[in-house]
Amino acid sequence: MPARRRSRRWPAIGRFIFLGLFVAFVLAPLYWMFVTSIKPSDDYLANPPVWFPAEPTTVHYTAALFAYRGLQGLINSLIVSSAATVLSVLIGTAMAYSLARFNTGGRHLSFWVLSQRFLPPIAVVLPIFLIYRGVGLHDTRLGLVIAYTVFTLPVSVWMMLAYFRSMPRSMEDAALVDGCTQWQAFWQVAVPLAAPGIAAAAVFAFIACWTEFFFALVLTSRTAFTLPTVFRAFLGFQGAQYGEASALAIVSLAPSIALGVLAQRHLVRGLTLGAIRG
Amino acid sequence: MADVKISGLHKRFGPFHAVQGIDLEIADGEFTVLVGPSGCGKSTLLRTIAGLEQASEGTIMIGGEVVNDVRPRDRDVAMVFQDYALYPHLTVERNIGFGLRARKMPADEIGRRVRRVAGMLGITPLLGRYPRQLSGGQRQRVAIGRAIVREPQIFLFDEPLSNLDAQLRDEMRGEIKRLHQDIATTMIYVTHDQIEAMTLADRIVLMRDGRIEQMGTPAELFERPASRFVAGFLGSPRMSFLPGSVVRRDGGIGILVDGSDMPLPLPAGRIPESVPAGARVLLGLRPEHVGRARDGALQSGFVRIDATIELVQPTGSRTFATFRLGEAPALAELQAHDVSRAGEVIALEINLNRASIFDEDTERAL
Repeated sequence: MPARRRSRRWPAIGRFIFLGLFVAFVLAPLYWMFVTSIKPSDDYLANPPVWFPAEPTTVHYTAALFAYRGLQGLINSLIVSSAATVLSVLIGTAMAYSLARFNTGGRHLSFWVLSQRFLPPIAVVLPIFLIYRGVGLHDTRLGLVIAYTVFTLPVSVWMMLAYFRSMPRSMEDAALVDGCTQWQAFWQVAVPLAAPGIAAAAVFAFIACWTEFFFALVLTSRTAFTLPTVFRAFLGFQGAQYGEASALAIVSLAPSIALGVLAQRHLVRGLTLGAIRG
Repeated sequence: MADVKISGLHKRFGPFHAVQGIDLEIADGEFTVLVGPSGCGKSTLLRTIAGLEQASEGTIMIGGEVVNDVRPRDRDVAMVFQDYALYPHLTVERNIGFGLRARKMPADEIGRRVRRVAGMLGITPLLGRYPRQLSGGQRQRVAIGRAIVREPQIFLFDEPLSNLDAQLRDEMRGEIKRLHQDIATTMIYVTHDQIEAMTLADRIVLMRDGRIEQMGTPAELFERPASRFVAGFLGSPRMSFLPGSVVRRDGGIGILVDGSDMPLPLPAGRIPESVPAGARVLLGLRPEHVGRARDGALQSGFVRIDATIELVQPTGSRTFATFRLGEAPALAELQAHDVSRAGEVIALEINLNRASIFDEDTERAL
């Protein structure tokens, strides 16, 4: 209903202009990044600007991926982010379920979990660095996976907690009476119904890991380094490597976009529709 | 099939005392309705029987076995929920078979049972659909099918019809009654709807504030309510309560309703001898106890009064008319042609044989 009323108030033309401007606002930087990644170096800062290079080149891509070891960073990032996301969502879902359904830890535990996010990362990065060096986790993917899991967990828990709290309890009750154990009710009923929430939490966790810079910078060096840390190399004393930076940025965007498209289908599926009255 | 025996049951949620000492025996095959206003503890009691809530105190026995520490899945009960609680990610067929699958029954046996139950409930064409593709009534049928396919010892219903529209509710109510006749399994049914309670129950347990206010057959509760609360809860339109005092004169006994100058004579023995003259009481009159006066001699226990009709509510077959007896308003159930408009003065006949009388302070029946 509100959408209808709005459409009557806003003539179609006005809406198209607004949306057009918005799309341009979002896409213009992306476009500029893309053309920069295929421009010869001389065209970066040319005046007037070069809207599309006369001779597109892929040289920046090969340089960023191989000379600057962007490919290694990409592989590390994929492994670390995926593993941390899976762990964070898995543990977060189980924790949130326990908080939502069994009131684990009373009223305060759930808030305590979220409050872990209030801590500035810089406060803990040095102790973690020292511990990691001591136990041999420094510059390992495992070390980064553990750190990322811990740091994305509060948000995963809170997203899933909100989701479980909004989910009617009666389906799990029905499963328990029907013959499920508590564990089966969780896996066979609650988790499938929470799939849209899990997808959303996974997207959040993955993007947080994918773009994380600070921990990666401190906790890795020559082996387990992730994609964001590679970008440091493009800002050297001899000037910025705009082409290489843009090329690697384009590469690093791909998984986020793919994930967004994949998860979007889950997010809009509206699984709980029809479960209850309506 | 099994009986249920509950003794000294309490359930607390933190400081909130939801169920406050329930003693209840439900015979094998009996249809018991737990009824009461919202928040009276009836759903909590049902969920405690199902094992979805843990009793704080007291014992629950099903089929002679104490089940306080038995998991819901091992109590062999089936439950139908108010919001149906169908699994939205499963088809109707898998919804109905879910409990059997969880119990590792062989697939061909599951298929056979699901088809038989679907046939019983007339939902065979829906087996391949998902819950979101069903109407409210169809969903309710699937929920019932999911319960009966397991052939449990006890059925629990938690307000199963309250989300349906009036017509469908009448229809499903009939089906549940027929189901009980067919399978004769113990059923415990929670509702806040007194009509459901009256029509379905072998026995009604009327609850209030976590306690049992009265239990008995529907007729017992309706005709001999133990308290003003019970009398007011059952029956629609509800009973009128007229405050007054007891008068004793010439060996007879009557009630002088406040604001009236004529005592209403009660049948002998209607009030215990111990109640003194002047005692404050509430006279409870159901609309059907007050009708248009007919010609001829007055039957014993009936009184005639002339009343000014203040409000007329026709329902088609009958008309409910508000009149004043003394100071208090009361309702009469009349034939449609007995009264045409407010302001009319007509002769009414009150059947005091069936009137209820309550102590004004304690509100318990005398």
